Amino acid sequence: MTAPMTENRELPHRTIVVLVENKAGVLARVADLFARRGYNIISLAVAPTNDDRFSRLTIVVDVESAPLDQIVKQLFKLINVVEIAELAPEAAVERELLLATVRAPQESRSQIIELVDVFEGKILAVSPDHLTVSLDGRPSKLDDFEALLEGYSIVELQRSGRIALPKIGRDVPRLRAVTEPS
Amino acid sequence: MSDQSTSQPLRLNGGQALIKSLELEGVEVMFGYPGGAILPVYDPIIDSKIRHVLVRHEQGAGHAAEGYAHATGKPGVCMVTSGPAATNIVTPLADAYLDSVPLVCITGQVALPAIGTDAFQECDTTGITRSITKHNMLVTRAEDIPQAVREAFHIATTGRPGPVLIDIPKNIVDANNPDAYFDFVYPPEIDLPGYAPQVEPAPAAVREAVDLMKTAEWPVLYVGGGVLKSRGADALRQLAELGDIPVVTTLMARGAFPDSHELNLGMPGMHGNYTAVTAMQKSDLLIAMGARFDDRVTGRVGDFAPGAKIIHVDIDPAEHGKVRQPDVSVVGDCRAVMEAMLRELSAAGGSEAFADHSGWRQQLSGWQERYPLTYEKSQPGEYLKPQQVLEALRDGCPADTIVTSGVGQHQMWTSQYWRFDHPYTWINSGGLGTMGFSIPAAIGAKAAYPDRMVWAVDGDGCFQMTGQELVTASIERIPIKVALINNAYLGMVRQWQELFYDERFSEVHLSHDMPDYVKWAEAMGCVGFRVEEPEEIEVAIAKANEINDRPVVVEFRCLSDEKVYPMVPAGGSNDDIIVAPSQRADATGAAPSGPQSTVDAAQSEGDAQ
Repeated sequence: MTAPMTENRELPHRTIVVLVENKAGVLARVADLFARRGYNIISLAVAPTNDDRFSRLTIVVDVESAPLDQIVKQLFKLINVVEIAELAPEAAVERELLLATVRAPQESRSQIIELVDVFEGKILAVSPDHLTVSLDGRPSKLDDFEALLEGYSIVELQRSGRIALPKIGRDVPRLRAVTEPS
Repeated sequence: MSDQSTSQPLRLNGGQALIKSLELEGVEVMFGYPGGAILPVYDPIIDSKIRHVLVRHEQGAGHAAEGYAHATGKPGVCMVTSGPAATNIVTPLADAYLDSVPLVCITGQVALPAIGTDAFQECDTTGITRSITKHNMLVTRAEDIPQAVREAFHIATTGRPGPVLIDIPKNIVDANNPDAYFDFVYPPEIDLPGYAPQVEPAPAAVREAVDLMKTAEWPVLYVGGGVLKSRGADALRQLAELGDIPVVTTLMARGAFPDSHELNLGMPGMHGNYTAVTAMQKSDLLIAMGARFDDRVTGRVGDFAPGAKIIHVDIDPAEHGKVRQPDVSVVGDCRAVMEAMLRELSAAGGSEAFADHSGWRQQLSGWQERYPLTYEKSQPGEYLKPQQVLEALRDGCPADTIVTSGVGQHQMWTSQYWRFDHPYTWINSGGLGTMGFSIPAAIGAKAAYPDRMVWAVDGDGCFQMTGQELVTASIERIPIKVALINNAYLGMVRQWQELFYDERFSEVHLSHDMPDYVKWAEAMGCVGFRVEEPEEIEVAIAKANEINDRPVVVEFRCLSDEKVYPMVPAGGSNDDIIVAPSQRADATGAAPSGPQSTVDAAQSEGDAQ
């Protein structure tokens, strides 16, 4: 189940999932490669898979800084990189987590709680002047929530970077360094 | 030490296991320098059949291992200690990475519990070398050493070759550490799920390439170092002759195709000859064979070979489309690809399958006649012309002489004026441009082939960087010969300052007679002599070639202001090639693209070495 890389999708950001051997220094190798070749990473999430020999990196790359084709080929030159797949938004289930602490004085507190309720987020901590809230969901939903939160006074905000899996039943193109002529 | 075949398990400590593993990989010679963290590994070397060459600086160990690898095609092996030794070998690793040289470098590391504490002679060797090695690893258990060595040799020598570094903490090789002992088994399997270089090309890609080759009218085979790495010189010759396709050999590919062959146009690039550069510019099909469209070859990329379709053959997929998008991309080993092309072509009628190239060949011969490499001989009383020295050296040495060079003008002149008719006779630092490469590289080549003649062509700047390795050559009885092109300057930088910085010479003068190279050579156990008159050149070379019991240094006192021509100014288009002064009046208007006869417009960017 291999396919040539899909180009010209006109998205500045693309999500790739990189399966790597779970060895010391692998994350540094990937990060070094991006830094050295001048490729931009938008977000990066890394964790072991259910097979403890491997870890999975979900990387959102900026394909304006370099063509995805080159990024993938250079990644494949790393000995510990085993497999790379692209997750197109329509073929993937994507999730991200957002944590934020906002100033919540009496006059705006109920509005913030309402906002969290509307987005089905959670209130994790409360103090007389502040709330810490969490929200998980599709990255675009988090974008909307973050934009609305900015109407209040954000003290700290942290997003996890996205993780993704292919939708059930969808074929995900496994990217290869070498593409066969059609 | 009992043999592996006995029923008793072979109980070794990590240091013994490392040396045993190198022996099992067939290592015959290694280059190195001991020190604190690697000490335990130096003890079993006493009992090993591997020859260890003790260099005088760790950089020398790395370049010597490279020279050995270039000459033999086998992986070069070097071993040094931690900290400053590891940082001293960074340059050869970067050099080997850029020129795809198979190298296995072993570095000592402080004991595992001390890692991260800023211990004495500690540095983050795997971190520092990550981006200049094909792979590196920090081994943490003695019993993992054989697997690490096995994988290192496999990775270094397969696919696109390159340097692999193994960092070994002291405690896992320490004979006094009971945990450093284990039952030695050399692993039959390698476990690299992410590493499978594609050697054999896709048949469809080969067919597409062959279709383009058949119809091209002005094709050029643009041959790079990959042809040598794949041992593909024979296949290349068959392919070029079958298709009557002219060949250019890049700096890394000199010798891959005989210079005396009528289809060989010589070296392309910044200091390539006119015909090689212009043939590429005018071609309708470039067959890039193990070449990587380096900026020193292409000049300004946007103006490079504008009318050419590109077939790119390279074993490294990442080279395809990195600089120039190919029309046909063939990923695979160059030799395997050329053999597949030859099969395809012979089925299609052999030489009959190609278009007629006689017109193209005629045009090329016209350029060759009009713009040969040329220089003016020195006037009586003047110092020597380097080109004249190199022509005499070429004519005075056997055809299978191995030539190494440093980096700069002397490197370009050697590549231009030597006649490379055999593969693996030219060893230089192309990608990184490492000054001081030639002497240690020559030691490595001569250690591999004691019966071959090995000349290091060196500049006076280069010589002062690594000349001390001649002590290694003397004491280890590796009698290389050095042709020192002493022009008292960092000649290439001087050339750029003359042409592009209004003759404002900044920090480039070295002096003709400080140091006294003859005395220095003698102090290092070499025979040294100096040549100042043109009529002495041949006599001196003959005399040097008769000495086989110790290294020889022949210092040639050369003119300071001689320049390397032709030249494509950095960042300029290959169409703006500057030919030798004597060819300029003739050149104006005569060449198809009108080569510039002045350098006024030349904008310099990039760097000179």
